[in-house]
Amino acid sequence: MTADQTSAPDVEAARAQLSDVAWEPGVAKPDPILVVDGVTRRFGGLTAVDVEHLEIPRGVITALIGPNGAGKTTFFNLLTNFDTPDSGTRHFEGGDLANVPAHKVANLGMVRTFQLTKALSRMTVIENMKLGATGQVGESFWRALLPFMWRSQEAEIEKRADALLERFKLDHMREEFAGTLSGGQRKLLEMARSLMVEPTLVMLDEPMAGVNPALKQSLLDHVRGLADQGMTVLFVEHDMDMVQDISDWVIVMAEGRIIAEGPPESVGQNPAVIDAYLGAHHGAPLQLED
Amino acid sequence: MDWGAIIETSFRGLLGETAVVFALAAIGLNIHFGFTGLLNFGQAVFMAAGAYGLAMMVATWEQPFWVGVLVGVFVFPVILALLLGIPTLRLRADYLAIVTIATAEIFRIIARSPSLDEWTGSSDGLTGFARTFYNWSPFDTRERYVFNLFTGNQFWVVIVGWVCVAIAVLVTYIAVNSPWGRVLKAIREDEDAARSLGKNAYWYKLQALMLGGVIGAVGGMLRAIATQSAQPQNFITDVTFFAWVALILGGVGKVFGPVIGAMLLWMILNFTDVFLRELVAEDLIPEAVLVDTQVGQVRFILVGAGLVLLAVFRPQGVFGNKNEMALDDR
Repeated sequence: MTADQTSAPDVEAARAQLSDVAWEPGVAKPDPILVVDGVTRRFGGLTAVDVEHLEIPRGVITALIGPNGAGKTTFFNLLTNFDTPDSGTRHFEGGDLANVPAHKVANLGMVRTFQLTKALSRMTVIENMKLGATGQVGESFWRALLPFMWRSQEAEIEKRADALLERFKLDHMREEFAGTLSGGQRKLLEMARSLMVEPTLVMLDEPMAGVNPALKQSLLDHVRGLADQGMTVLFVEHDMDMVQDISDWVIVMAEGRIIAEGPPESVGQNPAVIDAYLGAHHGAPLQLED
Repeated sequence: MDWGAIIETSFRGLLGETAVVFALAAIGLNIHFGFTGLLNFGQAVFMAAGAYGLAMMVATWEQPFWVGVLVGVFVFPVILALLLGIPTLRLRADYLAIVTIATAEIFRIIARSPSLDEWTGSSDGLTGFARTFYNWSPFDTRERYVFNLFTGNQFWVVIVGWVCVAIAVLVTYIAVNSPWGRVLKAIREDEDAARSLGKNAYWYKLQALMLGGVIGAVGGMLRAIATQSAQPQNFITDVTFFAWVALILGGVGKVFGPVIGAMLLWMILNFTDVFLRELVAEDLIPEAVLVDTQVGQVRFILVGAGLVLLAVFRPQGVFGNKNEMALDDR
């Protein structure tokens, strides 16, 4: 595909730029797409998220990892305005996200998926897809009543949806209710649907959770494909193989803070990361309590 | 047995103005619940908005009939939908249910209060606002129409009523099969997913509440026109639940469901009423079991039992798709 050929050097360039970046939490990147400053979120006495400074590099695949309860999903919600931080600022492509409603965040080009997949069960696969397109004329009530005003746009959207369904190998399920899809197919559908928004930043919350190994490989390829097409990807994941395999940059969270950053091969040896996952006292001699 | 009377009354239920009124109310509920997932337990207050909008404009403030129609169909229900929706639609679905059922009762009790007699006619309600409507009637008031089913005036109400139903069905059909309707269904399935794809769920829910309310108001207005009075007693909570029954009977989320549901419901209610009365009159049911004055209540018991059977054996209603229903239980 020509699109791949023209944009591929961009990914390479973006990756090359990252090689000069220091491996430390909150480090500045050459061309960040998303910048977070002093964001905190408390639930009663618990500080779920407390991020001093973070930059998400543009054009590459970034993984957000961390043990259970590290605040990854909460942080995701804060980035997409599904939740409001108690303090701090978030800038997407230079624009402040404060007071921007969640649905407008999507229209800015930042689209997210959910940890618990949200396939719209009693809508067909193709309807799920067509919903994702933005700027639809027929989504205004009065114009909806005049089908000639939106028919041609609808046809274009359908064409785009069909192309994506084919790419994600869901075309044979086109007319089925999304509720009849398997867990893995729902993940695929959710990802394909989010691409209908034509985003610049795709945020995937645990794209591999509950997916069988065979489908995992194809999901990996799809995620890689997003970057090849010039999109920025940020994903939350527990599957370390996937993180090692496809991410260009890894951010590690623990207890609401960013504790490490760097290329995937760097974080495995980082003592702070090992402490976070295994506890600070691992390796200490076992002692019998008396 | 007077089979003629039984059949005649059944047909009046099937095609008469009551079926029209509840068809419209249920079409409105279908937009709320069937397509958007909004739990409106106060459809009666939207119907009352239509009835009182017309009646107060014409009878209290002596405005022309068409002003009353515009106020009753558009102004009152839209204001009501905004009042109900703005504070509650950001919350979970059950809050709207609580607020709507309470509002319907508040409205009815306020309309009944003697201190507002000057404006609402208190418990007697308002009359004399429908003359213009009947003056437009092309039918002879002394004649009877459609195999003696309707008087001239009734027939005029029924004709206008079914035209309104046809328009409401057409608008619903086009709207729910458009991209607009797709957003409503997405909100019904998962509001957060719709929002993550750039849809302003709150605003769409308000629009759905307004549209369903307007259609319900047309039903309420026709009820006031048919009885030539707008009374608080005509908009008690039961009215809301009859509309729900019509919707569930016909099939939730199906365009024709509420229409068929309302027709069947009133046909069955009328049939059981007359049929039981005939049985009692002919002494086929002994007096120890049932007397004439109890029939009105017993028919509701029978219809209620029928609904229980429907819920068990055909939960999707007449038109629904069982496979689609099953997807709901995740």
